[in-house]
Amino acid sequence: MQAYTEKIREAAKRLLAEKKVDGVIGFRKGTMPFMNEPFMAKTPEQADLLVWDGNCGINLANYLPKRTDKIAIVAKGCDSRNISIQILENQIKREQLHILGAPCKGMTDKRKIQDELDGKEILQAEEAGDKVKVSGRDFEKTFNRSEYLQENCAICIHRNPVISDEMLGEPVQEQQVERYEDIKQIEAMLPEEKRKHFDELIEPCIRCYACRSACPACYCPTCFVDESKPQWVGKTTDPTDTRTFHFLRAFHVAGRCSDCGACERSCPVGIKVREFTKKLEKEVKELYGYEAGMVQDLRPPLDVYRPDDPEPFL
Amino acid sequence: MSEMFIAKGDFPAIIERLMSRYRVYAPVKNGRHYEFAALKEAGAADLGFKNTRMSPKAIFYPQAERMFEYSLAKDDPEVNIVKETPKDFSPQVVLGIRPCDAKAFRLDDANFCSDKFKDPWWAQRRESTTLIGFACNSPSSTCFCTSVNTGPFDTTGLDAMLVDTGDGYALQVITEKGKNVLGILELKPAPAQVAGKVEELKASAEKSVATAFDPPAIAQQGTLDIFNAPIWDEIHFACLNCGTCTFMCPTCWCFDIQDEVQEGTKGDRLRLWDSCMFSLFTFHGSGHNPRSQKVQRVRQRFMHKLKYYQDKYGTGTACVGCGRCVQACPVNIDIRQVGRLMGSGCSCPA
Amino acid sequence: MNNPYLPYPVRIDSVITETEDRNLKTFKFIFLNPEDEEKFKYTAGQFAMLSVAGQGEIPIGIASSPTEKGFIKFTVNKVGRVTTFMHNMKAGDIMGVRGPCGNWYPWDILEGKNLVIIGGGFAFTTLRSSIVYMLNPENRSKYGKIDVVYGARHPGLLLYREELAAWEARDDINMHITVDGTTDPNWKYNVGFVPAITKQKAPSAENSYAIICGPPVMIKFTLPVLTELGFPPERIISSLEMRMKCGIGICGRCNLGTEYVCKDGPVFTLEKLSKLPNEY
Repeated sequence: MQAYTEKIREAAKRLLAEKKVDGVIGFRKGTMPFMNEPFMAKTPEQADLLVWDGNCGINLANYLPKRTDKIAIVAKGCDSRNISIQILENQIKREQLHILGAPCKGMTDKRKIQDELDGKEILQAEEAGDKVKVSGRDFEKTFNRSEYLQENCAICIHRNPVISDEMLGEPVQEQQVERYEDIKQIEAMLPEEKRKHFDELIEPCIRCYACRSACPACYCPTCFVDESKPQWVGKTTDPTDTRTFHFLRAFHVAGRCSDCGACERSCPVGIKVREFTKKLEKEVKELYGYEAGMVQDLRPPLDVYRPDDPEPFL
Repeated sequence: MSEMFIAKGDFPAIIERLMSRYRVYAPVKNGRHYEFAALKEAGAADLGFKNTRMSPKAIFYPQAERMFEYSLAKDDPEVNIVKETPKDFSPQVVLGIRPCDAKAFRLDDANFCSDKFKDPWWAQRRESTTLIGFACNSPSSTCFCTSVNTGPFDTTGLDAMLVDTGDGYALQVITEKGKNVLGILELKPAPAQVAGKVEELKASAEKSVATAFDPPAIAQQGTLDIFNAPIWDEIHFACLNCGTCTFMCPTCWCFDIQDEVQEGTKGDRLRLWDSCMFSLFTFHGSGHNPRSQKVQRVRQRFMHKLKYYQDKYGTGTACVGCGRCVQACPVNIDIRQVGRLMGSGCSCPA
Repeated sequence: MNNPYLPYPVRIDSVITETEDRNLKTFKFIFLNPEDEEKFKYTAGQFAMLSVAGQGEIPIGIASSPTEKGFIKFTVNKVGRVTTFMHNMKAGDIMGVRGPCGNWYPWDILEGKNLVIIGGGFAFTTLRSSIVYMLNPENRSKYGKIDVVYGARHPGLLLYREELAAWEARDDINMHITVDGTTDPNWKYNVGFVPAITKQKAPSAENSYAIICGPPVMIKFTLPVLTELGFPPERIISSLEMRMKCGIGICGRCNLGTEYVCKDGPVFTLEKLSKLPNEY
C-alpha cells in the first residue's frame, strides 16, 4: 500500500497545479510510531508531504461534511462508503469531489502489536510490504501486518472503493469472512449477562466523545448528548448516562455505519464501541438487505418509509 | 532534606501502615494500562508503570462532582434552597505520583485558588492530601518535562519522593507535611552510597528527555502576533474536536455546572469536566458563539497552555510535558510540534 | 470555608413585565437572610449569577443601584432554559443569587468627568444602575455633565419607561431617548439609530468618558462616531457578555486571552480590548 504514496503525490500535484481542486485530503507522516495525521495539501509543494501506509485508519470522509470547496480525497473502501452516505444525506456534493480510490488490505492495530511487547516502548515502526519492523531501546521485532490488523479490517468485506474518480492501484481480493461471530455470541447471552457485558465494556468511558468526533456519520450540528432544551442525556460518567450515549449513538448510525473502525481506533481508553454499531449493522442487513454506502441512489433504510418495510417488532 | 531507604521487600508492609491511617491512592494495573485508584489492598499498588493513562487530577477534581443539593418539593419549607453536599476531606496519601503530575497541581492551584476566590473542594482536598512522588528513571519518548520547567526528579510539587535504586527505594522527605506522614513509618536512614546512586539516576534520566520547544521564545512574542499567525490553519485541520487531550491533561481544569433533577422532588448541582474543544463550551444563549470554528478552539487550547498562562502568571507554561495528549490524540496532533511553531516566529516550515 | 459557588437564598418580591413583547421582566429580590445583603455589597456595573434550583445559573447584570437598599433588581431576557423558567416564576418564589461578580465601571476615575452613556435594547440594565447611582444626591456633585443616548427598536421595547420619563424631566441629566421607528403619533422623543442620534447630539469629548452597552451591531457603528467626536480608546468603556458558569474566573470558558470576562471584566476599555484576542 506504500506504493500509493507516490501516486497520491502525483495526483495531488496534478490536481492542484491544474486548479481542479482547492485541497487534497490525505495523511502526512505522524510524529509517533503507527500514527499518521490527517492533512490537507493546498499547494503542489505540500503534496510532497502526503503519505500512505498501514497507519491511515482515520476515516477521511469525516473531514467533508459542509465543505463548500472542491476537494480531492484519498478513500479506502470504508471511506468511500461513508462519502456515498454523505452525498445521499446532502453533506457534500459529488461534483465537489475528486476521489482517489485506495484499495485496502487493512490498517495496523498498534494496540495488538504493543500487547506483544511486554510494556516496552515502541520508538520506531517501519513498514515494508506486509511486514512491519518495530524497535525500541533494547529490542527489535518484525510482525506480519496481516496478523495485526484492526478488528474491523480483519473482517472487512468491502476493501475496494465503491466510488472513485481515479484508482491508486488494482482492486484487491475481497475476503470471505463471517462478520458477526462476536455479535452472535452476545446475542446468545442471557439478558443479565448482556447487561453485565455492556456495563463492563463501557465502564472506562470518559465521555470525551472521540468515537463520535471521529465518526463520518456523526456530523449533527448539535449532537443529542449536547442538547440542553430538553436535555436528553446526563453529562456525568454515571453508567446510565454513559450507556444512553453509546446505545443512542449506535442507533443513530444504524444503516449509515461502514464499520470503518475510526471510533474504536480513536477511543483513548480502548472501548470496543463497534460491538454496538455492528449489532445494528447486522440488524439492518438482515431486515432490509442494506449495507451502508454500497449504492449511491438509496437512502439508509431508517430514514425512509416504504410500505413493505419489515415490522418484526410489531 | 533527609534521605531514607525502603527495601523492596518491605514496601507492601509500608503501604499497609500508611493505609491504616490514610486513604492511599497508588497506580494500579488495569489491563493494558495503569490508573490511580484508592487502594483496597496494599498488594494492588504497582510501581512498574511509566505513567498512568489518565492524569491523577480526578483525585482533587472528580470528573463529575455533586456540589450542592436541594429540595424541589413544594411542601418542603426549604424548597429551592441550595445547600452544600457533605463531603469527606479526611487525610489521604497519593503514592507514586510522577513529578510532572505533582508540578501540574501547583499550576492548577493558581487557577483554583486565587487571592480573591478559593475553590473549596480543590483547596480542601489539596490540604488534606500528601503527595509521595516517584521519580522517573526512564522517561518515555513522549515526555518533555525538562522543556517546561520541571523534570523527572523535580520535587517542586511533592511532599516526599521515592527513587527506585534497584534493590529498594530511596525516600526524600521534602515538606513538613511529608515528614509528618512518613514519621509513623519509622524508616531507616539511607546507606551512604544511595545519595550518589540517586544523583546518577537523576542525571541520566534528565539527559534522556528530549527538548521539545522553548517556552520563553513563546512568551517573548506578542499575543496577537501568535494569535493571528497563519500556523493555526495547518495545525487545526486534523483535529476532531473530541475531548481526549483535555480530559487526559493534568492541567486542563475547565468545567461545566449543571443541575440534575431526580423524580422531580430533589436535585443536585453538578460540576463536570468540560472541554474548550467542544463548541458548546462558549455558546451564548442568544446563539452567538465567539469560538464557533474548530480553528478557534484548537488555537484556544494551545494559546492557553503555552501563551496565556505564561503571560498571566509568569511561572512558565500550563503544560508539564507528561506527553499524555501526544500519546492519546487520535489524529496525532502533537503539542511539541505546535510549541515549536508558536515559538518560531510563527513561520510554518515548508 | 467560604464557598463562592453557593448562592444566597432570595425571595422574589415582585416581577414586572418591562416590554410589550413580554420578553423582558424585572425581578426584585429580597435576601432571606438579611446579613447576606451586607455580604452582597456591589458597585454599579457588576453582575451576579442567578440560580434556580433544578434549572441552573445564569450571569445577569445588576439593574438596581447600590444606593437602593433592601432589595436587588435584575432585568431578565427570556432566551434559554433558566431565563424561560424564571419568566414563569412568581412573587414569593425562592431562588438564589451569587456574587456580586466581576469588575465595575471605574467610578473613581470617572469622578470630576462628564459622562456619555450609550445603551441599546435590553443591555441598559447596568446603565440604569449607574444612572441611579450618579443621580443620588450624595453622588451627583462628583460627576460633570451626564448625557444618555438610549435606543430601542420601538417604544414598546424601552426598559424602565417611567424612570426614563422622570429623568427626562430633570435638568441634571440630558436624555436622548430614541427608537428605530414608531407608528405612535404621540412619540415625543427621537427617531433614528443610536449611532445617528449620538452623532446628531454630539456630546463633547472634552473631559468626558463614554460608556457603551448594547448589541454588537450598535457598538460597531457607534464606535466610529465616538472616535470622530474625539473620544480616545482609553476613554471608551464597554461591558461584554459571555457564556459563563462559575462567574469567578475558574471554570475557564469566558477568556479573552489572559483575561476572564467574569472576573477581570466584564468592563473593559476599548484600549484594553484592542490588545486582546477578539473572541467575544
